[in-house]
Amino acid sequence: MSISIEARPLEARPPPSQFSAKLQRALGGRAGWRGFAFQLLFVVALIWIGTEIVANVRVNLAAQRITSGFGFLERTAGFDVSQNLIPYTGSDTYARVFLVGLLNTLLVSVLGIFLATVIGFIVALGRLSPNWLLSRIAGAYVEVLRNLPLLFQIIFWYVAVLRALPNPRQSISLLDILFLSNRGLVVPRPIADPGLQPFILALVAAIVAALALRHYALKQLFDRGRKLVIWPYVLALLIGLPLLSALLFGVPVTFEIPVLKGFNFSGGSRLIPEFVALLLALSTYTATYIAEIVRGGILSVHKGQMEAGSSLGLHRGDTLRLIVVPQALRVILPPLTNQYLNLTKNSSLAVAIGYPDLVSVFAGTTLSQTGQAIEIIAITMGVYLLISLTTSAIMSFYGWRISRSLGP
Amino acid sequence: MKRVSLVFTLAIAAGLGAGLAAQAASAQTLKTIKDRGQLSCGVSQGLPGFSSPDDKGNWTGLDVDICRAIAAAIFNDPAKVKYIPLSAKDRFTALQSGEIDVLSRNTTWTLSRDTSLGANFAGVNYYDGQGFMVKKSLNVNSALELNSASVCVQTGTTTEQNLADYFKSNNMKYEVIAFANDDEAIKAYESGRCDVFTTDVSGLYAERLKFANPAEHVVLPEVISKEPLGPMVRHGDDQWFDIVKWVLFAMVDAEELGINQKNLDDMAKSDKPELKRVFGTDGNLGEQLGLTKDWVYRIVKGVGNYGETFDRNVGAGSKLGIARGLNALWNKGGIQYAPPIR
Repeated sequence: MSISIEARPLEARPPPSQFSAKLQRALGGRAGWRGFAFQLLFVVALIWIGTEIVANVRVNLAAQRITSGFGFLERTAGFDVSQNLIPYTGSDTYARVFLVGLLNTLLVSVLGIFLATVIGFIVALGRLSPNWLLSRIAGAYVEVLRNLPLLFQIIFWYVAVLRALPNPRQSISLLDILFLSNRGLVVPRPIADPGLQPFILALVAAIVAALALRHYALKQLFDRGRKLVIWPYVLALLIGLPLLSALLFGVPVTFEIPVLKGFNFSGGSRLIPEFVALLLALSTYTATYIAEIVRGGILSVHKGQMEAGSSLGLHRGDTLRLIVVPQALRVILPPLTNQYLNLTKNSSLAVAIGYPDLVSVFAGTTLSQTGQAIEIIAITMGVYLLISLTTSAIMSFYGWRISRSLGP
Repeated sequence: MKRVSLVFTLAIAAGLGAGLAAQAASAQTLKTIKDRGQLSCGVSQGLPGFSSPDDKGNWTGLDVDICRAIAAAIFNDPAKVKYIPLSAKDRFTALQSGEIDVLSRNTTWTLSRDTSLGANFAGVNYYDGQGFMVKKSLNVNSALELNSASVCVQTGTTTEQNLADYFKSNNMKYEVIAFANDDEAIKAYESGRCDVFTTDVSGLYAERLKFANPAEHVVLPEVISKEPLGPMVRHGDDQWFDIVKWVLFAMVDAEELGINQKNLDDMAKSDKPELKRVFGTDGNLGEQLGLTKDWVYRIVKGVGNYGETFDRNVGAGSKLGIARGLNALWNKGGIQYAPPIR
């Protein structure tokens, strides 16, 4: 009896159905279909609890005859707001109040993020500087400002700014154009003239031309190794073209000079002290955290990278810009995003000093005038969530671009 | 601090969602208070004359006396009150959510508040009106001279809307700076951020007391609105609504009948049928309310009649020294009038 060993040709096992396996893994994780069943159960329970809460609230609000729903947004607000970026009077609706408050929040957040980033980078570089005095000053700035409560700092700036400034009749004026008083900084207001359109077109054209020039210079550098000095031409373009348009088509804007009339200035635009105090406090406070994040990021890049850069013949500035900072940004970006989100959320402390942000005019005044706490708090939460998610998305996109340019 | 109040509003908004079921269904406010052994009363964060704590933490004021009178009627002890200080913008939410049993916090009775907040006004304990305060050095004699002025105001009040109406109907421009707290608004006014501070006239006199030099500030003669201030209760418990309403009436009626803390015991022995009904020696009016027969006796003994609390807190006997004016009894030239206890 012979044992015959059949020579089976070596054959790959047929792969399991890709789609079903992937789906299974995606939905149920390692637990497979059983895990999926549990997840489904959980989601159903969550939805059930949610609808139950909504239904319960509806019934109870109706039983207590508390008005509910979003109809209040159409009603007339009947109160005024001290700073509005869009036209607003007391006879507008609550929906408009919402918009006014939202824009005020966005204004202080965007400017705050910008200022905090600039100050933060400068302080970080200062702290890394070999100059003993400079690095100690930057260090002291960080340690003092980040260790004091933000609300305290906001009130400090507000009170400090207010107490130090004179009343409008004795305001400090610069050439009778700028006026600084405890009503804020009054500056001439630009009013558009017919020359504005060609002026803007000329400016855009100048920018496009400058970019093209830069592209050409880079191409020359990479292809032929020739380094072109282009900044004088760029400057000439950016100044010359708009100037030419102003000469040909007339001035783009005229300015309305503020005049003291009665209690206050009429004409001109005004930065209210509440805004200035809030912006200063938010940006200087957040800048301390950003400075530390940036410092950490730069220190995380191995110093061999710097040496490699100089051995290639790059200037110190170019090494920083082209080699160190892009690598540091990978470390910096995620915590930096956190700080941006914090700044935006912290702007709601505005309510303490009477800056009309979203929380103050909408979740404050509107809530107490309409009494519709649930709707208004829900809208406000939704808006902050949206702002935060948008900021995160923008930062992630930026991070993705950087990591793509750095390669894997 | 502001953060706290936002968190507070959030918590209450959440509470509204979750906790209202029990509230609405049972609506046994009186029983709940008796079980708890204490009345929860929403008051201001410190308005002298109406509700403010002294240096020992004892609350006094005209609005506080409403809380004390209710506690006296229920427990025969005016001290059994837990005071919850509320900002103008948090007050209604606190009432809606059941955090407080009664809101006695210089709150103006308006139609929209009466209808849309799920609450009722139980009467008027002070007839007020909105006014303006300016620094004497500005040499302003009338509110009509306030064109282009900056005005400090507390947010979440009828004041904000009256202000908009007044300046609009007189074709004047102004800038409004709205603060969440009265104290912050006052500080901003004092530091010169605003030319004008506005609130109810009684409030202006009260706040003026807080200044280093009150004589430097004047209250302008114009009163631009009607501000009837009174206590508020939640919808859904008519018995409780009646109790709060009639405690207030009892204080006014006691003054009208000449019952005060000094002659209380003598009056209680009187044979007059009117007084016998009030003191419960005849009939059971107090029990009909859900209280005891001697409820008026308890109120006057613990707190005094309306005139006494007025004098003690805001009137001639207080630092504010406000005249009775509209708040005098109807038979003495004012409009304070309570339905009869019978």
